[in-house]
Amino acid sequence: MWQYTFKRLLLTIPTLFGAALLVFFLLRLIPGDICMVRLGGTGALVDPAQIEQCRVELGLDKPVILQFFAWIGGFFVFDLGTSMWTGRPISEEIGLRFALSLQIAVMATIISILIAIPLGTISAVKQDTWIDYVVRVISIGGIAIPSFWLGIVIILGLLIVTQNWFGEPWMPPINYRPIWEDPAHNLAQTIWPALAIGYRYAAVATRMTRSTLLEVLREDYVRTARAKGLVEHLIINRHALRNALLPVITIIGIEFAFLMGGLVVTEQVFNLNGIGKLLVQSVSQNDYTMTQALVMLVVIVFVLSNFVVDLAYAWLDPRIRYR
Amino acid sequence: MALLEVEELQTHFFTSAGIVRAVDGVSYTVEEGETVAVVGESGCGKSVSALSILRLIPWPPGRIVGGSIRFMGRDLLGLSDAEIRQVRGRDIGMVFQEPMTSLNPVLTIGRQLTEPLEAHLDKNDQQARERALELLRLVGISDPQRRLGQYPHHLSGGMRQRVMIAMALACEPKLIIADEPTTALDVTIQAQILELMKDLTQRLGVALVIITHNLGVVARYADRVNVMYAGRIIETGSARDIYHDPRHPYTLALLRSVPRLDQPRRARLDPVEGQPPDLTRLDGGCPFRPRCRYAIQRCATDYPPLMETGPGHRSACWRKDDLEPPLRKAS
Repeated sequence: MWQYTFKRLLLTIPTLFGAALLVFFLLRLIPGDICMVRLGGTGALVDPAQIEQCRVELGLDKPVILQFFAWIGGFFVFDLGTSMWTGRPISEEIGLRFALSLQIAVMATIISILIAIPLGTISAVKQDTWIDYVVRVISIGGIAIPSFWLGIVIILGLLIVTQNWFGEPWMPPINYRPIWEDPAHNLAQTIWPALAIGYRYAAVATRMTRSTLLEVLREDYVRTARAKGLVEHLIINRHALRNALLPVITIIGIEFAFLMGGLVVTEQVFNLNGIGKLLVQSVSQNDYTMTQALVMLVVIVFVLSNFVVDLAYAWLDPRIRYR
Repeated sequence: MALLEVEELQTHFFTSAGIVRAVDGVSYTVEEGETVAVVGESGCGKSVSALSILRLIPWPPGRIVGGSIRFMGRDLLGLSDAEIRQVRGRDIGMVFQEPMTSLNPVLTIGRQLTEPLEAHLDKNDQQARERALELLRLVGISDPQRRLGQYPHHLSGGMRQRVMIAMALACEPKLIIADEPTTALDVTIQAQILELMKDLTQRLGVALVIITHNLGVVARYADRVNVMYAGRIIETGSARDIYHDPRHPYTLALLRSVPRLDQPRRARLDPVEGQPPDLTRLDGGCPFRPRCRYAIQRCATDYPPLMETGPGHRSACWRKDDLEPPLRKAS
């Protein structure tokens, strides 16, 4: 297992390097120039000398290859550089937003696992009964309803319910405080987006759990378990679920990585300053350094969550462990 | 009282193509310590009849729609789910066809072997482990200590089938049902596994129902043979009767389709011509008649019941007394 972990970890290095290469050079293919955007934003005529000076300041006059290695080099000392737009260190700009996005992603994942696995299991075990139909309606609803729309409904619902029950409307707090500073305030703000996102996420995972479990329940070894006279919950939990969870974990891993940076609209609805919003902003401003840093961040989350998924696979399935 | 009495068992599958009468009125008995073989082509209902005994037919689409199964006097079809669970694995063990897929790939051999012990005999970890070691030794697995911690993919097919047999024997059952236990194995391993099963069941006094399409298995290991066709038993008798004096054209055809050492070397093998019938559209007549060279008018209208042809030997054929002997002259 240790050997597998180590090998798998080594494999992340070329992946990250390849991603960095792509991100860096693709960005520079996008037409437009940050200095033009920054100085010419108001539509005024700009002196070419001024633009040139701006490019020198930002290091854009150097050969691209040198810029690339300077940027990569920064990674090794945890220096992401400064934003070309605001001039502030990127790590500072990203810090809290990353914490927020990560927290919501983790919360949504926990919510979805807690919902999806029991619901998917019961739906498969009670296939074609009313329980199964209810679960299927719920999960198809989750896939069909966009998270941001559900977010709007949640906010409106909160307002109406609190108005009716307590006489005055209550809204989740708008300003972000880290969970380690003020947990109650933090959770009051983050639980709603986590629910809105978690529902869709849970719906996808529920359907996956249901369909793979249905498949596994027809396997010969499940029949063997039954022929041994085991009680049903042991057959499901020990024999079937462990095999059925493998693809579900893949889905959870991909969804989790997607939540980091892919939640632009939902963040907008809940007025959250997350990674998604920042990414859209930085792309439209041609802020190379910021975009690069954010995309790489998302890539790292993807690679790491895939790594965790692979470890979970190896833990669940001994055939992978020994290969 | 026989150990197992199956009477007029009917197991049907309700599919979109219609009702498949996979088992349609099967009756037989198994005495204590006896080895009974159930023979027939693929799709004749032999596996379904075996799975029906422990009520392992998945619903939907399959369901036991009629008949009774009595084991040591108890009607298995009338038991509650909890009661039939007590019979499974404890009184009746099962060995399945595919050792590759019948063991759970993500659980250790030890875990899978100790499960029935914990479920039925209330053994604690230590006792269950000791018994598991004993069982592995019993079925001839070397280095049992190490095997307990291994996974199925570490074992060869033959080894896995030995583990399956150990599992079936774990709670010292009275009966073992083996559903094509050697079909998926290499020929050399097949003999080993069959010898092992025969030896163990004799030594431990366990009755054995062995489902197979291999007539060689029947000749060597079975006390009694039931030949199945299209969901029914069409001939039953001792292994000797079936081999030397078959009284049903299907049995005869089966025997002629396999090579025998007691035949002249140049004797031709006759395959059983045609296909087994579609079990969704059986009529009132004998289902074998389209493939039967002895068929007469009556076969199309009346289904022949099992009729006595000798002591303990019965055949469901109107022309049971007109058949040629199974041995032929060299052509």
